[in-house]
Amino acid sequence: MRKFKEFIIEKLVFICGIASIIFVGLIFLFLLKEGLAVLKTVKLFDFLFGKSWYPISEPAQLGILPLIMGSFLVTLGAAIISIPIGVACAVYIAEIAPLKIKEVLKGGIEMLAAIPSVVLGFIGMVTLVPWVKNIFHLPTGLTALSGSIMLAFMAMPTIVSIAEDALYSVPKTYKEGALALGATHWQTIRRVILPAASSGILAAVMLGLGRVIGETMAVMMITGNAAVMPNSILQPVRTLTATIAAEMGEAVVGSEHYFALFAIGIVLFIISFAINVTADLFLHKNNR
Amino acid sequence: MKNSKRDQKIAFALLLAATLLVVIPVGLIVLIIIQKGLPAINWQFLTDVPRQGMRAGGIFPAIIGTIYLVGGAIVFALPIGLMAAIYLSEYSRDNFLTRIIKLAIVNLAGVPSVVYGLFGLALFVIFFKFGASILSGSLTLGIMILPIIITTSREALESVPYTFREVSLSLGASKWQTIRHIVLPNAVSGILTGTILGLGRAAGETAPILFTVAAFYLPQLPSSIFDQAMALPYHLYVISTQVPNVDEKVRYGTALVLLVLVLFMNLVAIVIRYKFRKMKRW
Repeated sequence: MRKFKEFIIEKLVFICGIASIIFVGLIFLFLLKEGLAVLKTVKLFDFLFGKSWYPISEPAQLGILPLIMGSFLVTLGAAIISIPIGVACAVYIAEIAPLKIKEVLKGGIEMLAAIPSVVLGFIGMVTLVPWVKNIFHLPTGLTALSGSIMLAFMAMPTIVSIAEDALYSVPKTYKEGALALGATHWQTIRRVILPAASSGILAAVMLGLGRVIGETMAVMMITGNAAVMPNSILQPVRTLTATIAAEMGEAVVGSEHYFALFAIGIVLFIISFAINVTADLFLHKNNR
Repeated sequence: MKNSKRDQKIAFALLLAATLLVVIPVGLIVLIIIQKGLPAINWQFLTDVPRQGMRAGGIFPAIIGTIYLVGGAIVFALPIGLMAAIYLSEYSRDNFLTRIIKLAIVNLAGVPSVVYGLFGLALFVIFFKFGASILSGSLTLGIMILPIIITTSREALESVPYTFREVSLSLGASKWQTIRHIVLPNAVSGILTGTILGLGRAAGETAPILFTVAAFYLPQLPSSIFDQAMALPYHLYVISTQVPNVDEKVRYGTALVLLVLVLFMNLVAIVIRYKFRKMKRW
């Protein structure tokens, strides 16, 4: 009887163990199920590289290049801002800050990670957006630049915490060796510790950018939501994520529009999958 | 030598500046929301339904909706997440399957929140015909917080010393008895921490509930899990972008309630972690 109970529990635990695989599979399956139908009305190439997104006109034009460019532009801007600042912040916390200050700084970063994205979006709307409008004398502050700044900020917890882990896991002997040879602390950081932690830092940056591409609410609230080809960072844009969030509510289930929004979901899923798998490889390499 | 000392000073100053550039805005954001939101908070705001097209009244239905959603998410995610953590820490061997499971968890954590919304819509709302309901929303949020619960619970289980298990097994206890009576009680603080962090995450997310449960305006409280409900994050989104001329105070007040809810849960998690770490006997 006891053996039987053990057997049942073991099987139950195993099923829950592979639940993550099942759910990832289910997510992809259902995105495909609902999204691939878009290919009945538009060719794959025209869907990915079509320059007009007018999903409710007759006939609907379902080209997502403006949305891809919107996501790309916002992400690029966020990367330029967040990578140097995030890595610098990680170096400061891991190497320089005294223990007590270190705890405070880490607490602050953890708090940032906890703030809901809709709250950050709201704060961005009432502070950042007017600033951008006034500084650049624009008709509206709802621009790709505002989105980039906000997203750079939102990527910080990911970049800082993972990069800090990578810096921290560099063997102490490397540092002691460099210092013993007469290098200053900064020379040691720059020539020894940073190169030794480089694969972990790369993974941190990738995961941070993954967060940026997937971010939805804040970006929808402050980038202006104009689904047109962007030609400047000071214009409103619309990202892939914001398009789904903004339009799914109105799309009729089973319509071309509905299928197209799911197809955008497939694109996002594949991007995040690629980023996470590659980042995991880098982290794994670091561990060995 | 003088140059390298000077270089170090400049470099460290720049690093400090970068750090402040991240941390100071965090503090400012929290301060601004508290300062501008606090005047809106009163008994009526917390216990009344929204009135005058959500420009006045309170946010009670949204608070209740969020509590239902978060509760539902945890009821679903905690058992599965805990069992998955037990599998990874106690039963799994270091093989290909385990590697794939870990990769799946990483991916689950990385899926964009709006894609969870799509998934919930396709699977729960349409395929299982639950409709836009608390059930659909809770399940969607539950799957989303699964990686957090699995990762933190697994860490907690693995930090229980191996000798504890050996002693229990040598006394004749079975593997499950050992887990049930020795490993789990010693890991409870870590599991609790993970659960509360998951709760906080579920309470703050908007995109996964957009198409699966959230109601724009619904003055009466939900009466069953098949009802739609209002939710705090979605309500904040609605009154900041969809409804014109809402008093700033109402917006900041809603943001404050949501922020306090989420930060409070994080604080509780931190306190639990800290207290139990002190109490540990090994």
